[in-house]
Amino acid sequence: MSALGTTTDVARRPFGRRRARFGDVLLQGTAGVAALGAAVLLGLIAWQLVRGARLSLSTFGLGFVGDVGWDPVHLHFGAATFIYGTAVTSFGALLIATPLALGIALFVSELSPSWLRGPVTALVETLAAVPSVIIGLWGILVLAPLLRDHVEPELHSVLGFIPLFGPPSSVGTGYFTAIVVLTIMIVPIISSIARELFLGVPHELKEGALALGATRWEMVRGVVLPYTRGGVAAAMILGLGRALGEAIAVAQVIGAFNNSIGKNLFANGNTLGAWIALQFLNAASALEKSSLIYLGLILLVFSLVVNLVAQAIVRRSARRLGGTSG
Amino acid sequence: MSAAELGSFRRPKDRLRRRRAVNLCMELLGWLAAALGVALLVILLGSVARRGASQLSLDLFTKSYVPYATTNVSQGLANAFVGSLVVVGIATAMALPFGILVAIYVNEFAPRAVRNGVNFVLDMLNGIPAIVIGVFVYGLIVYGRGQSALAGSFALAVIMLPLVARSTIEVLALVPDSLREAALGIGSPRWRATLGIVVPQALGGILTGATLAVARVAGETAPLLLVDSIVGQGTQWSPRIALQTVPVAIYELSDSPFASDQALAWAAAFVLIVSILLVSLTARWLATRSRRKLVRAAR
Repeated sequence: MSALGTTTDVARRPFGRRRARFGDVLLQGTAGVAALGAAVLLGLIAWQLVRGARLSLSTFGLGFVGDVGWDPVHLHFGAATFIYGTAVTSFGALLIATPLALGIALFVSELSPSWLRGPVTALVETLAAVPSVIIGLWGILVLAPLLRDHVEPELHSVLGFIPLFGPPSSVGTGYFTAIVVLTIMIVPIISSIARELFLGVPHELKEGALALGATRWEMVRGVVLPYTRGGVAAAMILGLGRALGEAIAVAQVIGAFNNSIGKNLFANGNTLGAWIALQFLNAASALEKSSLIYLGLILLVFSLVVNLVAQAIVRRSARRLGGTSG
Repeated sequence: MSAAELGSFRRPKDRLRRRRAVNLCMELLGWLAAALGVALLVILLGSVARRGASQLSLDLFTKSYVPYATTNVSQGLANAFVGSLVVVGIATAMALPFGILVAIYVNEFAPRAVRNGVNFVLDMLNGIPAIVIGVFVYGLIVYGRGQSALAGSFALAVIMLPLVARSTIEVLALVPDSLREAALGIGSPRWRATLGIVVPQALGGILTGATLAVARVAGETAPLLLVDSIVGQGTQWSPRIALQTVPVAIYELSDSPFASDQALAWAAAFVLIVSILLVSLTARWLATRSRRKLVRAAR
């Protein structure tokens, strides 16, 4: 929060302890209740998920997390397949999106002619406004056939010796398609935070490096990236959080359920969010529904942890830079 | 630059050439990344526009969708457009006052520790995946009572709350303290200074923040899929029953094997994306304008 972000104490209490007026009490009370309501809401969400998952929690315990398999007929459920799918898709997307997003941010902050800066920024950020269901629609009807016919066979024939690039899928759905779709969704998030960070690097440092004879890339590698390291890490983690939680676009492109953990990126799979979206209303038994809520609980914990880590990094790097940036 | 690197000082010409080549390479990669980022948007919007614009017709907005229609009837999604209006409208009515009150508390009343606490809560709420909010609302409202548009509105309102509150906090913080002090100085009570002076000053910014939040949830699918998706036929307005919405319709139609359904999905996607982009671009433009005005006033 900036220096403008706080109301001064003078404005807050102009005459010290003066008698509270009814209107003041009313407004402060209502606003305070609203703020309290937000906190209660957060607690209620956590409580409701724990309550809904209780049946599954008591049946499977924490072993649920490491259990492979989802068998509604024999009432045997486990989360490992979905956790694996979530990890593969979101880390895969992060792996592709990070260099791309940092490249865009560096282009805007260091390379771009000034007339191009605004348009590129606006266009890339518009990508963030596209609803996930539309990216999913495009993913299943346009991207998937394209990947099936042109990209996956090529990757398989060239890199097929790596188990990740196994036989292509017959319809174009699968982990790989989900990774591409998630990449499109998190690039604008990472690049917009990184751009702000890069633009905030003090000019003296950059000019100092250039004056010492560094090329522009050496200046970026030696000054800009180290200076913004913490913030960039936080941006990546926020992007990861977005990718972890995305349900709809992934549900559209990841394909039919595949009840195993395989290495092939082109195979069908599933993620925590996508499986809840696909299966929640079809759940045949109370235990299955409860297990789906358990998956939601795991997802909630993941995303809260990711957010906490990102915040901690931001706070630490803000403190570290506090002295230098003034 | 380390001492080891300086060791190759012996042949300055070669070294300089290599450094320049590396630099050129990296600059080209930067240009490439920017081109790719822009291309992604152009390709995405282009394919939605190419497939969707040709499917636009009056029927899309006036006729309701009939599932498993046997003959070649012309289909529309009037029910989904009406449903989206109802659901998003009620969600806005719930989230907007709530979010503004939270922001007023944070910026005008709360002691520092509480302020940090509320900001923390808002950050956490903002980080919860939409599908988890769907599961939450399912357990809270839908379980035992059945789906309804109201449940969908509530879910969207939960998503909107942190967005509205945070954008309002940012705008309220821009209102100069001199205004508050002037209002209090002429003897007006705090509530009048807040509601009569501070909030009206920031109203433009508050509304643009709210508009961006509306644009964000208008395309939200995941929670609606769980709490507001099993719908009857025909166009209905009552929020007590489940209403079809545009994002859920797109999701369901995208799965269909029929070309006519897919065409309908593209048309709906085109309408949705054009309206979201129009709304958010206008809001952004207004935001920069009102922010400039506030910053000028602060000087």
